Amino acid sequence: MAEPRSSGNAPFDLEKLQQLVEMMEKHGLSEVHLRRGDEQWRLRRGAKEVLQTVSQPPIQYLQPAPASPQAPMASVAAPAAAADANAGGLSIKSPTIGTFYSSPSPTDPPFVSVGTVVTPETVVCTIEQMKVFNQIQAGVSGTITAVLVQSGDAVEFDTPLFRYKN
Amino acid sequence: MFQRILVANRGEIALRVFRACREMGIETVAVCSAADRGADYLKAANESICIGPAAANQSYLVIKNIIAAAEIGNVQAIHPGYGFLSENEHFAEVCRECKIEFIGPSVDAMAKLGDKVTAKEIAKQAQVNLVPGSDGLITSEAEALVIAERIGYPILIKATAGGGGKGMRVARNDISLKAGLKAAAMEAEKAFNNAGVYLEKYVENPRHVEVQIIADLHGEVVHLWERDCSSQRRHQKLIEESPAPNLPLSVREDICKAAVRLIQTANYTNAGTVEFIVDKNNQFYFIEVNARIQVEHPVTEMVTGIDLIQQQIRVASGEPLPWKQRAIACQGAAIEVRINAEDPDNDFRPSPGKITKLRVPGGHGVRWDSHIHEGYVVGPYYDSMIGKLIVHKPTRPEAIACVKRCLDEFVVEGIKTTIPLLKRILNHTAFVEGKMDTTFIEQNLLVKSS
Repeated sequence: MAEPRSSGNAPFDLEKLQQLVEMMEKHGLSEVHLRRGDEQWRLRRGAKEVLQTVSQPPIQYLQPAPASPQAPMASVAAPAAAADANAGGLSIKSPTIGTFYSSPSPTDPPFVSVGTVVTPETVVCTIEQMKVFNQIQAGVSGTITAVLVQSGDAVEFDTPLFRYKN
Repeated sequence: MFQRILVANRGEIALRVFRACREMGIETVAVCSAADRGADYLKAANESICIGPAAANQSYLVIKNIIAAAEIGNVQAIHPGYGFLSENEHFAEVCRECKIEFIGPSVDAMAKLGDKVTAKEIAKQAQVNLVPGSDGLITSEAEALVIAERIGYPILIKATAGGGGKGMRVARNDISLKAGLKAAAMEAEKAFNNAGVYLEKYVENPRHVEVQIIADLHGEVVHLWERDCSSQRRHQKLIEESPAPNLPLSVREDICKAAVRLIQTANYTNAGTVEFIVDKNNQFYFIEVNARIQVEHPVTEMVTGIDLIQQQIRVASGEPLPWKQRAIACQGAAIEVRINAEDPDNDFRPSPGKITKLRVPGGHGVRWDSHIHEGYVVGPYYDSMIGKLIVHKPTRPEAIACVKRCLDEFVVEGIKTTIPLLKRILNHTAFVEGKMDTTFIEQNLLVKSS
């Protein structure tokens, strides 16, 4: 999607536009913003940015049913495509595999939310493995800009959990 | 029958289990480390879950990671493969406590056979020959001499706290035994803080012959004949074959029956391998049980026609074995060569890297079990084995000709492999005549560093 903005009446330089698009594809760029005087080009490649992982709907955590042929497999919130999760931002990724919980208990408020300022020691969530709830620290300093998963979501190692900015 | 199984392993054995399950209509959940994420072989599973960073001790070996993946994946059973957690009793226990079946033996059988002392007790109960020895630590020189008289020279003096060949010395007569005992005790005290030594008959240039067994949950145990794995380097197997060459049928039957007796006595269930060493007079001695499916299981699959992985799954789900012993024939000759990403010209240093070209052989009687492909990047984190080439022909000479032809066809570029060493072994008279023993390769086929 290209949004060239120009104050003059000169036609768009389509050749330059094509070169830019090819260059973006070649180098895997998701966003290019060019500005010279009044002329400004902004090109964004790929699907529109989303906050939740889009490839599968958020999955409810299912209690393991011993011999339940009908019980579907809980799909894992897969790590979002690199372009989405990292586009224009940094992310806190899951250090392990397990079930994500945003708050200490169902009735408590979440550990963090959008706008929370975190330090490396700030507990941002718990990840449960075999009924043990492991508190996960931010490991970075910054302000949370997005919460990418919900309580009860299965997460893998490296699944982006939060986006933040410095 | 299970609906869904998690495979707690990676690479070629994970792929092996995915394939077996798919044929049975069982869904599979794969686990992978960050290093294996995105690998082609994972596509053979229904779902793949990344459980940790590259290091095995932070991913594949972490029980909580595996169980969490199993619960998220909603599986009814876990196949542990070989290596990793496959012989970890605690893991087997945790699985079953979490109501997930562990495709392997009971915790009790695994524990009993995993302990060298109790394994030997079980062997004795089952009237299976052990390597004759002192049955305990040596308390005096006089005692040692009496034992030596009983079991006969040469004798191996071993440190009880030692392992991997450390603290061992050979004595060929009374004089060297007395001197050796003193020296060994001193060395052991220094190295392991434990001067305890014991004696064992030293079997020179032994053959390694192992028996594949499988037992169901209803008391039935069968053997699937033996494999000869004498082609080794530093205790790592390079080539395995079935049947064991130059072993009279009566001896093969005796070894196989001994294995079955031992497994029955131990109440062992599912697949396993009973290892023996065989001396020049075809006397065999029990060494240990490997309580898991092994790397070289395809050799047995070829000569018996049985899919061992599928059978493991059936046994674990409660099905009885579908055959009686007399129906299990060993037909033709099968040979497996392990291909490792190692540089044979540089002391077998691991040779990771991207496989830039790969041409795999085919044809009558040829099987290739591997997770690699052209473009695959062999990493530095795990075992260096990249694939197993197995051939099956009506006779051993034909099988040898076939595997040699296959290795000539094989093209692997971008990494070094052990293919040149395999060719040298297969061309050597000792191998062709079926006269390999476990010391042969190191003594005859490797360039000694000066």
